[in-house]
Amino acid sequence: MITTGRIVRLAERDRAAVHFFLDGQTDSALAGDTVLTAMLASGHALRMSEFGPEPRAGFCLMGACQDCWIWQEEGPRLRACTTLIAEGMRLRTTPPQSWP
Amino acid sequence: MSEAPSPRIVIVGAGPAGIRAAAALVDAGLHPVVIDEGQRAGGQIYRRAPDGFVRTPEQLYGSEAAKARALHALFDRLAADGRLTHCAGRSVIAVQQDRLHVLGEGGMQLVSYDRLILATGASDRVAPVPGWQRAGVYSLGAAQIALKAQGVALGQRIVLIGSGPLLTLVGAQLVKAGGNVAAVLDTSSWHQQMQGFWDLAARPLVALRGLVLRARLGGRYHAGVTLERIDADGKGVTAMRWRDAGGRQRLTPCDTIGMGWHLRAETHLADLAGCAFTYDERWRQWLPKTDRMGRAGRGVYLAGDGVRLLGADGAEIAGRLAAAACLADLGLPAPSTAGDLRKLSRLERFARGLARAFPWPAAMVRALPDDAVVCRCENVTAGAVRQGVDFGGGEANRVKSLSRIGMGRCQGRYCQLAGVELIAAQTGCTPGAVGRFRGQAPVRPAPIGAFLRDG
Repeated sequence: MITTGRIVRLAERDRAAVHFFLDGQTDSALAGDTVLTAMLASGHALRMSEFGPEPRAGFCLMGACQDCWIWQEEGPRLRACTTLIAEGMRLRTTPPQSWP
Repeated sequence: MSEAPSPRIVIVGAGPAGIRAAAALVDAGLHPVVIDEGQRAGGQIYRRAPDGFVRTPEQLYGSEAAKARALHALFDRLAADGRLTHCAGRSVIAVQQDRLHVLGEGGMQLVSYDRLILATGASDRVAPVPGWQRAGVYSLGAAQIALKAQGVALGQRIVLIGSGPLLTLVGAQLVKAGGNVAAVLDTSSWHQQMQGFWDLAARPLVALRGLVLRARLGGRYHAGVTLERIDADGKGVTAMRWRDAGGRQRLTPCDTIGMGWHLRAETHLADLAGCAFTYDERWRQWLPKTDRMGRAGRGVYLAGDGVRLLGADGAEIAGRLAAAACLADLGLPAPSTAGDLRKLSRLERFARGLARAFPWPAAMVRALPDDAVVCRCENVTAGAVRQGVDFGGGEANRVKSLSRIGMGRCQGRYCQLAGVELIAAQTGCTPGAVGRFRGQAPVRPAPIGAFLRDG
């Protein structure tokens, strides 16, 4: 399967589409995808490191390393590997302007 | 979340150990509360995909499918019949005075217990390789979770590095699923792997299965490699630089790396519950002290990979044993444990073989260049850790305060063993003499809002 992002879907491709927003742009994923899978299906990273120049794309995928926390437009952050994507989610790879 | 009926027995973790412990308590007429971070019971090893996924357990778990099916069915039946309370999708973030602080979608709750069974499992034991902070470097466990729970490969061209059973298993699973695995690089040499042969023979079928999987990797597999550096550009990983057993320089282009050197016990809650620890030379890590049954004292019991790294089969046994110890301590009739204790001894011999065949790469960690990142959370370098030792001496928690190694958001889960190795090298002592990074609550990040009460 052609993929524009980091991940390659090897199985379970017959799931319903879910639409979400990433940095204001519309994007789509499959129902049952984690936010991490959804974002990396079309992108290569989730966020920038706060302590270095490099982008980050998650590490453990089991909620232990905390590498995949990203922002939502409405404020609260979420852990991308343990949160399922939902219709209409508005996600950000960078902190909102109002972030302290 | 409802309080457990008296006696209040709380189990943390719904993997093989937690499920078996819960079932044994239910058999004795008790009603345990099981708190787990997953949405569905099974743990990481028998993790289930979300609703709407269609692959069978045979496709997901291969030779272990029957065990996964049995555990899932057992737990789902006990939960559906109301014989236990399953608190899914919740994290225990602190233990204080016989109370657990539990974080869920609705905020924080306190759960009191009379007896606590911790079945918190393990995560990948990782060692830093220069460049490992870059996007596209994952743990081996992550590569497996992506495949099992999401049906995806984490990249278009994958290199796996490290040592241990998971290295071969993940490689073979990815190849079978159609993933593009460019190389599987084992830091343990064939000679080293043979050192574990006698003890690995304690489970001949399991050892044989490992060799069959290894054979499926064909020419991708290289033993006795030296890992040099992960190359990356603005998007992430571009190549793995390594030397083969003959010392020849090799460069393997890839966009993804999976790394791991067997497992590291998840011990933060045991630490906060006041368990004593010893440095285990075999596993090169600090492990909580218990008796053979899993008793850690003060009403706390430990089971599974969070206390002894015996894998899923050992975890099922340890779960039953911890429950039996708990029942006996409550003065209730407990099931016979002689058979399980015998099986445990055989699994321990096998685990000794694994530890010898696939060792922690101590020399590689000690030789890290000063500019190599050791803590991925905050990009603390090997040089900063060494400076911390030079400034404040070779005690683990002092170096932690000075350099911030182990103080990032993962709470040292992925840097503490390398950190201690570096401190030991700089001090000229053994890792066991350096001490242990103390666990701190909360053991998972918690939003401040969760601690605010209405009004």
